[in-house]
Amino acid sequence: MEFNATLIGEAIAFAILIALTVKFVWPPLINAIEERQRKIEEGLEAADRARKELADADSRAADEIKQARAEAAAIIERANQQATQIVDKARTDALLEASRQKAAAQADIESMAHRARAELRAQVATLAVAGAEKILGREVNADTHKALLDELVAGI
Amino acid sequence: MSAEAGGENFTQYIQHHLTFWNAPLTQTGGMASIHVDSIIMSVVLGGIFFVWFWWFARRATSGVPGKGQAFVELALEFVDGQVKDAWHGSRKVLGPLALTIFFWILFMNLMDVIPVDFIPTAAEATGAAHFRPVPTADVNTTFAMSLTVLLLSLFFGMRAKGIVGYFKGWVSAPFTAKGILMKIVLAPFNILMALIEHITQPVSLALRLFGNIFAGDLLFMLIAGLLTHFLSLWFPLGILGYAVWSIFELLIILIQAFIFMYLAVTYIAMAQQQH
Repeated sequence: MEFNATLIGEAIAFAILIALTVKFVWPPLINAIEERQRKIEEGLEAADRARKELADADSRAADEIKQARAEAAAIIERANQQATQIVDKARTDALLEASRQKAAAQADIESMAHRARAELRAQVATLAVAGAEKILGREVNADTHKALLDELVAGI
Repeated sequence: MSAEAGGENFTQYIQHHLTFWNAPLTQTGGMASIHVDSIIMSVVLGGIFFVWFWWFARRATSGVPGKGQAFVELALEFVDGQVKDAWHGSRKVLGPLALTIFFWILFMNLMDVIPVDFIPTAAEATGAAHFRPVPTADVNTTFAMSLTVLLLSLFFGMRAKGIVGYFKGWVSAPFTAKGILMKIVLAPFNILMALIEHITQPVSLALRLFGNIFAGDLLFMLIAGLLTHFLSLWFPLGILGYAVWSIFELLIILIQAFIFMYLAVTYIAMAQQQH
């Protein structure tokens, strides 16, 4: 164990080396490491955020699709109802029209039959007078037998 | 070569390898002299450490690091983690201090596993009378470091607590009392404890490193000496022994560098902690 001035020399060298490391080596390296750690942290956060946003967008899209489907179904439903309504209305209209026309036709027929019967009645009186003249061989005065004729006509 | 002559040469060989390149600073020499070999080796190795780290620190990027930067960062983060365990305050000085201690000691210790004759032979060819290439096998180097650590612990302790507050810690701990009388009675014991603590810390720190590396170095010398001076008998065993001891010594080198770093950080952290 030979102690001598080497100790002082080595202590100075050690002190200088520490000072150099404190000043020139440590700060840039530790800064780079911490900066990188921060970057990685930010990157991970961004990835998480993006994943969450993607999930949100997915669920939103699914929601919108569901809603659109529901709307489409409602529209179709309404269209179907309208179509049914239109068809129903057309049917009732047609039925109404038909019955109206039928009633009109029946009225026509009735009035025609009535007229025909009236004509027939008028002709029956004439025919009966003509028939009676033939049978009696003489002119029958329609006025004298008017009561009889009227009774006959009424009997038809 | 007779065994006796071989033995004499062997002793000379070991003694030669144990002698420093001593340069007296004054006529009388003695304490006022310097071990040129220790100074040269430690400065060169410290320079290699600094230039290596500084090279990558200068172009350090926070983006994707290159292989060199990644390795340097790995070393730095390892040291930083150790310091973080021992001290929870700022690591602006303690971190680089630990890094310097670890790598400087590691590099100086590593000179141990370079075959014992390589560097001395090269140095002696350029004019040195003796050359010991392992600076940590020189008590001056290890004590220089441990005493610097002691000074730093005093400095940081006083900076953290104030000069009065720091020495109050010397007087009032580890033995504590409530009454003022008991405090005065216990004060001398506390001062004695503090003195012992502050003497044993640097001495144990320095001697542990010195002893381990000196012993390893000496064993290499012995194996190499046996190899060269008792050739026929020792050569195969010597080669094997040298290889085995190199592997074992690598472990010691690493562990001693780590222990010195860890204890230095612990001592400085302890000086700053509030009791």
